[in-house]
Amino acid sequence: MSRILVVAEHDGVSLHSGAARVVSCGLAIGAESLDVAVMGQDCNAIARQAGSIAGVSRVLCLDREENARPLAAVQAPQLAALAQQGYSHLLGPSTTFGKDLMPRVAALLGVPQVSDIMSVESGRRFKRPIYAGNAVLTVEAPADHIVVATARLASWPAASEGSEAAIEAIAVDAELPAHSRWLELKTAETERPDLQSAGVVVSGGRALGSADNFSMLYSLADRMGAAVGASRAAVDAGYVSNDMQVGQTGKIIAPELYFAIGISGAIQHLTGIKDAGVIVAINKDPEAPIFEVADISLVGDLFSIVPELQAALEDS
Amino acid sequence: MRKIMVTLKRVVDYNVRVRVKPDGSGMATEGLKMSVNPFDEIALEEALRLRERGEASEIVAVAIGGDECQQQLRTGLAMGADRAVLVKADSEVQPLAAAGILLEIAKKEKPDIVIMGKQAIDDDCNQTGQMLATLWDRPQATFASEVRLDGGTARVTREVDAGLETIEVELPAVITTDLRLNEPRYIKLPDIMKARSKPLETLAVGELGLPAVPSLKSVGYEPPAQREKGELVENVAALVGKLRERGLVT
Ligand SMILES: Cc1cc2nc3c(=O)[nH]c(=O)nc-3n(C[C@H](O)[C@H](O)[C@H](O)COP(=O)(O)OP(=O)(O)OC[C@H]3O[C@@H](n4cnc5c(N)ncnc54)[C@H](O)[C@@H]3O)c2cc1C
Ligand SMILES: Nc1ncnc2c1ncn2[C@@H]1O[C@H](COP(=O)(O)O)[C@@H](O)[C@H]1O
Repeated sequence: MSRILVVAEHDGVSLHSGAARVVSCGLAIGAESLDVAVMGQDCNAIARQAGSIAGVSRVLCLDREENARPLAAVQAPQLAALAQQGYSHLLGPSTTFGKDLMPRVAALLGVPQVSDIMSVESGRRFKRPIYAGNAVLTVEAPADHIVVATARLASWPAASEGSEAAIEAIAVDAELPAHSRWLELKTAETERPDLQSAGVVVSGGRALGSADNFSMLYSLADRMGAAVGASRAAVDAGYVSNDMQVGQTGKIIAPELYFAIGISGAIQHLTGIKDAGVIVAINKDPEAPIFEVADISLVGDLFSIVPELQAALEDS
Repeated sequence: MRKIMVTLKRVVDYNVRVRVKPDGSGMATEGLKMSVNPFDEIALEEALRLRERGEASEIVAVAIGGDECQQQLRTGLAMGADRAVLVKADSEVQPLAAAGILLEIAKKEKPDIVIMGKQAIDDDCNQTGQMLATLWDRPQATFASEVRLDGGTARVTREVDAGLETIEVELPAVITTDLRLNEPRYIKLPDIMKARSKPLETLAVGELGLPAVPSLKSVGYEPPAQREKGELVENVAALVGKLRERGLVT
């Protein structure tokens, strides 16, 4: 049986929705115990949210000033010290937070990292995507070493809530570097649901043609309570901000319903939406590769289809 | 003046669709077009721009792999790197081992900045830069979309899930690139000729005297689950009908 430590992501105010998914991955490993580490400053409220996830044994709070903002170089030594207190597995989310931090911990511990676990075959065997999702590789972590890994969030359901795990404030003995400083975070303010946890996502591609034209998609999304995403081409062209990119190098998502509007369906985009429930594609080119994976395909000009769709949905 | 080290991994070109071998023993990469990992091209481009702005003086490109990686190093030299180093390794080199090798090269070359891709598009690991920074006991600034140097520090804007984050790191540091850092230049024919006379040093990984590090065992490869092709609808009314049938919209 395994003793699992999950590192929780948060924004200083609330727990990231991915934490409950990483816990699911941990439980699939077969956990004797599963602790969650929260690194932050004044993070009691976040610790309580983590403690409410079913299956969590204890929440360990590493509360200190240096943890006010996430800097991998500062957090990694703390996590490495904690992980050495008898844990068999250390898991983080496959988000930019986890991707930045976890390899640093793995290197401190001198072990390889398993990136993007999509399924658990055994305590040491995992499946992970490679080549932009063109293949699935089964890897086995070396025996007698701690397993350090990130969980691909779209592959795991959120563990349910309603428990109340014990919260312990702990201090670890680790020397923290002073060579890195956090300066600022610019977020695009939005009232819309979070792209990574939304049930419905409306995404637009290069075909939208301008930032202004994206407003069509925002209204459509608002009608459905959806998040808005984009292809890389739309982000590169400056129509929307980078945090909206879906795909191999953007966000990997699994909404129940996904609209790909004016998106060709390059492999790097498709890898971000493989686990979506229903994919609707709207594209004027009947040969567009997006139609190979779409559940419902509509060929035509988005500039007439989107307003029509909006009207049809308003009608009810 | 600052010295920059960049890493160039040889990977299957991003436009080529790679498939799993029928027996599941690996990927069928024979005869496919190989290129410099796209994120590494961005890393080199950034180094070139820093040199052109007078903020760096020397760029050394490093690759780990078989002799065939010389092609990608030559591409890097043609783009504008000053020198290249190939660390010859005949078997697969995973991120932790690659980071260990790059550490030795960094100790020798003493770069002020190492710029690497955030991820190799074959293994999609997204680890090596962070691991090198750790073994080297230096800061990291991953997923960079803007790099500004100021004396002994770098201010790096990073593409994170929540938006754009800026951090400041003391040099030497490892920076890994995201797609929007820059658009790599095209190579001109005369530059390919010039690159032939630029120094390309080769050393065997064994010469570095590194201890073996634990690695992941590749047990098997399989194609991903395929989504089935769905149905074509004629118009918006039919689309909305389908969505309502499935209870997806009200
Ligand atoms: C290393 C690497 C990583 C990458 N990572 C990502 C990633 O994470 N996410 C991502 O999305 N891409 C990624 N890409 C880019 C990817 O290869 C494609 O270039 C990109 O997805 C294309 O975006 P697009 O579909 O919006 O644009 P295009 O390919 O230009 O497609 C536009 C589509 O709109 C259709 N269209 C045009 N006008 C209309 C109209 N009026 N009505 C309806 N349809 C119309 C066209 O038929 C076309 O199919 C990556 C590339 C590389 C090299
Ligand atoms: N064999 C290699 N040769 C050169 N660079 C490498 C090699 N392996 C990894 N890298 C660098 O490390 C980055 C991240 O790779 P990875 O951690 O495998 O996703 C790549 O973009 C390269 O810059």
